[in-house]
Amino acid sequence: MKVTIDNITIDVEPGTTIMNAARQIGPHIAPPAMCYYEPLKASGGKCRGCLVKVTAGSEKDPRPMPKLVPSCITQVQDGMIVENTINEQVLETRKGIVEFLLLNHPLDCPVCDQAGECHLQDFSFEHGVSKTRTVEERNTFEPVDLGPYIKLNMNRCILCYRCVFTADQITDGRVHGVMHRGDHAEISTYIEKAIDNDFSGNVIDVCPVGALTDKTYRFKSRVWFSKPEEASCSCGKCSGKVTLWYRGDEVIRVTARKNEWGEVKEFICNTCRFERKKTSDWTLEGPTKIARNSVISANKYGASTITPAFPLKQAAEQYKQIDDNRDRSFLAPKKQLN
Amino acid sequence: MKILTEHIDVQGIETIDVFRKNGGYAAVEKALKKMTPDEVTEEVKKSGLRGRGGAGFPMGMKWSFLAKPEGVPRYLVCNADESEPGTFKDHYLMMKSPHTLIEGMIVSSYALGANTSYIYIRGELMYVATILEKAIQEAKDKGLLGKNILGSGYDLELYVQLGGGAYICGEETALLESLEGKRGNPRNKPPFPAVKGLWQCPTVVNNVESIAATSWIVNNGGDEYAKIGIGRSTGTKLISVSGHVRKPGVYELPLGITVEDFIYADEWCGGIRDGHKLKAVVAGGSSVPILPAELILKTTNGENRLMSYESLSDGGFATGTMLGSGGFVVMDETTCIVHNTLTFGRFYHHESCGQCSPCREGTGWMDKVLHRIEHGKGRQEDIDLLVDVAKKIEGNTICPLGDAAAWPVAAAIRHFRDEFEWHINHPEKATAKGAVFMREGASWSL
Repeated sequence: MKVTIDNITIDVEPGTTIMNAARQIGPHIAPPAMCYYEPLKASGGKCRGCLVKVTAGSEKDPRPMPKLVPSCITQVQDGMIVENTINEQVLETRKGIVEFLLLNHPLDCPVCDQAGECHLQDFSFEHGVSKTRTVEERNTFEPVDLGPYIKLNMNRCILCYRCVFTADQITDGRVHGVMHRGDHAEISTYIEKAIDNDFSGNVIDVCPVGALTDKTYRFKSRVWFSKPEEASCSCGKCSGKVTLWYRGDEVIRVTARKNEWGEVKEFICNTCRFERKKTSDWTLEGPTKIARNSVISANKYGASTITPAFPLKQAAEQYKQIDDNRDRSFLAPKKQLN
Repeated sequence: MKILTEHIDVQGIETIDVFRKNGGYAAVEKALKKMTPDEVTEEVKKSGLRGRGGAGFPMGMKWSFLAKPEGVPRYLVCNADESEPGTFKDHYLMMKSPHTLIEGMIVSSYALGANTSYIYIRGELMYVATILEKAIQEAKDKGLLGKNILGSGYDLELYVQLGGGAYICGEETALLESLEGKRGNPRNKPPFPAVKGLWQCPTVVNNVESIAATSWIVNNGGDEYAKIGIGRSTGTKLISVSGHVRKPGVYELPLGITVEDFIYADEWCGGIRDGHKLKAVVAGGSSVPILPAELILKTTNGENRLMSYESLSDGGFATGTMLGSGGFVVMDETTCIVHNTLTFGRFYHHESCGQCSPCREGTGWMDKVLHRIEHGKGRQEDIDLLVDVAKKIEGNTICPLGDAAAWPVAAAIRHFRDEFEWHINHPEKATAKGAVFMREGASWSL
C-alpha cells in the first residue's frame, strides 16, 4: 500500500495507521503522540495532538476527508495523501491542542521529576505558543499516594488513559480508573486503595507527564544529571531487561527500556524496578543510546547518540529534495541569531 | 395531520386494550404476517423518514448500512436518553403512549433481523421506564413479544435499560458503552455501530420518535408518508416548545409550515406572551445556533423560513440554524443572551465526558470566560477569545458534543456581539438584576 505523507511516498503493510507510516519515514514527519502508545491496545484518539489532514482518501476515492483525522487510529488506504507538518490548519489546530492541554496544567516543571523526559514538554516546545491567553484559575487536586511506590499528582495529568490500559492489559486486575467527567475527571483508586501488583510500576513509565512518579526516585535528581546504562538480570517474573539511571556510582532509578518514541519495549516487574538498586544486582550491557536532541544527552557521560534512522534510503533522499521547496511562508519568520 | 400523537389524549391509551382498539399493533400484524424484513426496510426508505434525534440522517439509509454477517446477532437500540436542554418530546410520547414506541420497536427489529432490542432511557426518567416495562409485560402477555410472535416464527426480546443520567450517553457510541456496563465514553469512529456496535456486533441506534414513526409507515406505506411534509423533510415532527410563548408544550406538526405561523398561530404556540416581542429562538435544542427574530422568521433571501430541515439550515451557520432534535426555545426581549449562553456553556462544561482534550478543557474554559463576562469581569479580548476557542473545539473532537458546545457560543457572539460588548463596557449596569441590553432599532427593542 502506497501512502504519501508530506510529499514523501512510502510503501506500508495494509492495516498500518497513518502514525506508524509516518514513523517509518522518520521522526521529523511523525505526528506527536500524547495518548497513543503502540504496546497498549485500544490506546489513542483522545489527546487529538496527532490530527492530520487527509487531502485524498485513497486511489479509488480521492476525495479529501472533511475533518482532520487522528493519525494514530486512522488506517491508511492505498493512494492516501496526508499532510502533517506542511498544512497550516493542522499546525494551527495543534497550537490549540497544546493550549488546551496546558490550560489546567500547573507548569511546575522546575520541581517535576518528569522534566526532561516529558512528552508534554516536547509537544508544547514544538507546537505551542509562548504566551498564555488564560487568566482563569486552574483546577487543582491534592497529590495522592497510590501505595508504597507510586505518587499521583493529578494536576499534571492529561487524561491519556495510558495507565488505565496498562493496568488492564499487563496486570491481573485493575484497581484504578477515571472518575467523574469533563475537566473535573481524575485518575483515582476510588477510596485511595493502594495499587499493589507485581507490574504496577509500569504505569510510571507509560505516563507521558509527571502525574505518576516513582516514589523511590522522587526529587533525587534531574533526569539530565543521570547517566542511563542498559542492564539485565535473570528475573523470574519479567525479562529483566532494564535501564539503570546512575548518578555517580549510585543507581538512583530503574526503568524499562524505551524505544525512540518513548514507548516501553518490554514491561518490567516491581522487584526489578524498585528493589534491585545495587550495581551488583545487574549485568551491565553498556550505555543507553539517547537521541541527539534529547536533553538527557546533554550530560557528559559519553553515551553514544542516535542519528535519525531512515528505514528507506529513497525516502530520505526524496525528503531532502522536497524540504527546500516547502512553502513555509505561513509560519512566523524565524529570528536571525547573531 | 397527526401520526404519533393522534390518539394520545384517549383515556387509558397506555393500556394495551385501549391502544389496540385505536388501531394499535396493526403494523406488527401486517409486517410480521404479510411482509418480509426487506420490504419493511424498503417502505422506510421510500418514506424519506429522517432521524429525529438531531442529525437528520435518512433512516432507511442507516438501516441499509447495517452489516449482516452470518451467525452474528444484530441489535436495535432505541435512544431514549433525550437530554438536550429544551427537548422533551420523547419523554412525552413514552409517558403518554408507551405502546406506540413498543409497536415501532417490534416492526423495526423485524426489519433489521434483531432478536434482542434495547430501549436505553435516561436515569432521571425512572417513572417512564416503569411505564414502559409495564407496557412490555402487557405486550408479552398478548404474544406480541417473546418467542414466535403471532405465530410468525419471529422472536424478539425487548429490554429497558436505565442510564446514569449523563448527556453524553445520548451520543450513540457512548450509549453503547454505557449499555455494555462501562463508563459512557464515546468511541472513536470508524468502526461505526452499523459494523461494530453493541458487544462488537452490528447495531442500529435510532431515536424514539423515528422508531415510533415506522409503524405508521408500515400501515400506510412509505409513499403516503412522503406526501406529508416538504421536499426532503418528509412526515411530521414533534416539537417541544418552551420559553416565552402563550402555549408551551409538545406539538406534532407536518414539516413545512412557516416558523411565523408556528410561533404566532393560535393552533400552535399562540404568540409571544402578552406585551412582549420576539427576540431570539433556539430552534432545535440547546446545541444549535441561536437566531435573532428577523433571521428566524425570514431567510436572507426574504423568503419565509419553514419548519423543515432545509429551510432552517438555509444560509449555513452564518444566518441559519438547524432543526436538530426539535427543542424550540423562544425568548422575548427580557432575555439576556449572555446569561443564556452562560447557562448553555455551563451545561456543556458539566456534561463533557473528559476523554478528548479540546472538549474537556475547551468547554471549561468557555464556561469560565462567559461567567466572568456575565458577572462584570469581562475583558475586551474575551469575545474574540471565545470565538477562537469555539473554533478550535469544533470538528476536532471524538464525538459531536464538542461541536454542540461550540456552536451556541459562536452563534450568540455572531448575532448578539453588541450585548457581550455592553456587558464588558458597562459592568455595573450589566450585573444589575434583570438587566438586558436593548439594541436601538432592533425589532425587539421597546
